[in-house]
Amino acid sequence: MLQDKKVIIIGDRDGIPGPAIEECVKTAGADVVFASTECFV
Amino acid sequence: MTTPIVKGAAYVLVHTPDMVMHYGTTCSAEHDANPNSEFLKKVPSHLRNYEEAVKYAPNQVYIGNMLPDELNNIPKPWYKNLIADAKVEGKMGAMVPQDEFYIAMKLCDAFDLVMLEKDFTDSTKAKMSKIPYYTEDEFAKVKEGFDAADIEKKVAEGAEPLHFNGNLVGCVKAAHASDKNLTAHIMVENIVSKASGVIALKNLIHVNNIPADSIEYVIECSEEACGDMNQRGGGNFAKAIAEVAGAVSATGSDTRGFCAAPTHALINAAALVKSGVYKNVAIVAGGATAKLGMNGRDHVNKDLPILEDCLGAFAILISEDDGVSPVLRTDIVGRHTVGTGSAPQAVMESLITKPLDRSGLKITDIDKYSVEMQNPEITEPAGAGDVPLANYKMIAALGAKRGDIDRTYMATFIKEHGMPGFAPTQGHIPSGVPFVGAAREMIMDGKINRAMIVGKGSLFLGRMTNLFDGVSIVMEKNPGKVEEIGAVSKEEIKGMVAETMKEFAAFLLNGK
Repeated sequence: MLQDKKVIIIGDRDGIPGPAIEECVKTAGADVVFASTECFV
Repeated sequence: MTTPIVKGAAYVLVHTPDMVMHYGTTCSAEHDANPNSEFLKKVPSHLRNYEEAVKYAPNQVYIGNMLPDELNNIPKPWYKNLIADAKVEGKMGAMVPQDEFYIAMKLCDAFDLVMLEKDFTDSTKAKMSKIPYYTEDEFAKVKEGFDAADIEKKVAEGAEPLHFNGNLVGCVKAAHASDKNLTAHIMVENIVSKASGVIALKNLIHVNNIPADSIEYVIECSEEACGDMNQRGGGNFAKAIAEVAGAVSATGSDTRGFCAAPTHALINAAALVKSGVYKNVAIVAGGATAKLGMNGRDHVNKDLPILEDCLGAFAILISEDDGVSPVLRTDIVGRHTVGTGSAPQAVMESLITKPLDRSGLKITDIDKYSVEMQNPEITEPAGAGDVPLANYKMIAALGAKRGDIDRTYMATFIKEHGMPGFAPTQGHIPSGVPFVGAAREMIMDGKINRAMIVGKGSLFLGRMTNLFDGVSIVMEKNPGKVEEIGAVSKEEIKGMVAETMKEFAAFLLNGK
């Protein structure tokens, strides 16, 4: 599903942080163009 | 070596609806970008009055009049189901209205930057005369106010306005003509943080009947920075707060670490007491104007009141063992290290299970976990979810994975070992520490034996690192045995007796 797709990641400090999502989607062949973790509180 | 204990805690909320519009970043950024926006027009009609803020159940929990679990018995939405007999005075602190807070800002104004209108000053001072944690001498220091025209002139020249019920009643001037770190806006943020911290420390001293001069060290742990253009963030809020609160024997320093700072401060204070460097260490933090109305856009869109209308502040005293108050287990401390990584499981292991494992404890041996205690009624409408619940789910999942609890027990674990969020979204304020006072009460009442205080911080917001941070420490029932410093142990007595017997035998044998 994510093979060769460009992906923008916004992680959540109290959920799944950006770097963790990045590692997962990379294994599915995604091209991560931006990843960060945000704090919503 | 003594054991550090939690001697007392104080929690203060300052209701500042007029500051939401001018100093909260959501409204002020909107004002800069789109001054005639529909959102800004709607804000005033969504602001609560003081009475509504006082009667709001999460606020009553924060100042200690209710335990967090009691929120489970109040139907949601809490903003519609107010507490009829709510009190301004809390068992562990107080609610403070905006006009009284402006006087407190003036009390904290060491450089004559705060100007308050004459009639406003007189009437508000008179109203405050019965507040037990202020003295007549302090009120005498609040000089006669200014003419409204003088304040209007200063605001036109760049001073930041102070409104009350929509009327201009004062302003805060810049502390330097050109220094970007001493602008009027930064001075408002810092004086607000200092003043709310002072009220919290005064409450800690008053509510717990602590001699102010017994406090030897203050650790301030807010998220503001004070300094001029040559040392932005030089500090020291701690000593400035101690000065106004009358802690004449104290020095202090500031600890920073985003939302994790208060728990870092708690651990540092416990270590200073445990090592014998100081007998009484207070940790304190005031509130942040920037976060007022942070989720206001969503609250307005969903026709809720703007619930982020209060500044939060707290103060906690860590002292030498009194044989009664809950102890801080400096040997059960968790920390998210540089090498921990960002995977949620690794984060929770570093903060929760690793310190427990080192002491042979299970996840279920902690009766209550205090995590990020943000009030979900504030965060859910904005799409940020129920933050405490998300944390409890991760702890429960970790427990199930380790075999500490059965998977079917997870929901019960969350209910029993967690609690509803109740703290204002004031950054450092909701992280771990809001429950320290309630935990102290519950432990001393025999309702629980142990609580873990967990602080987490979003370091990446400072753009210095992508790292996250967090620390944790366990509070526990006092075993009741005060270890006397300098007391002679049983082994030492045996040694002394043996030495004396030896000398006596030598005397008998040698005759000398």
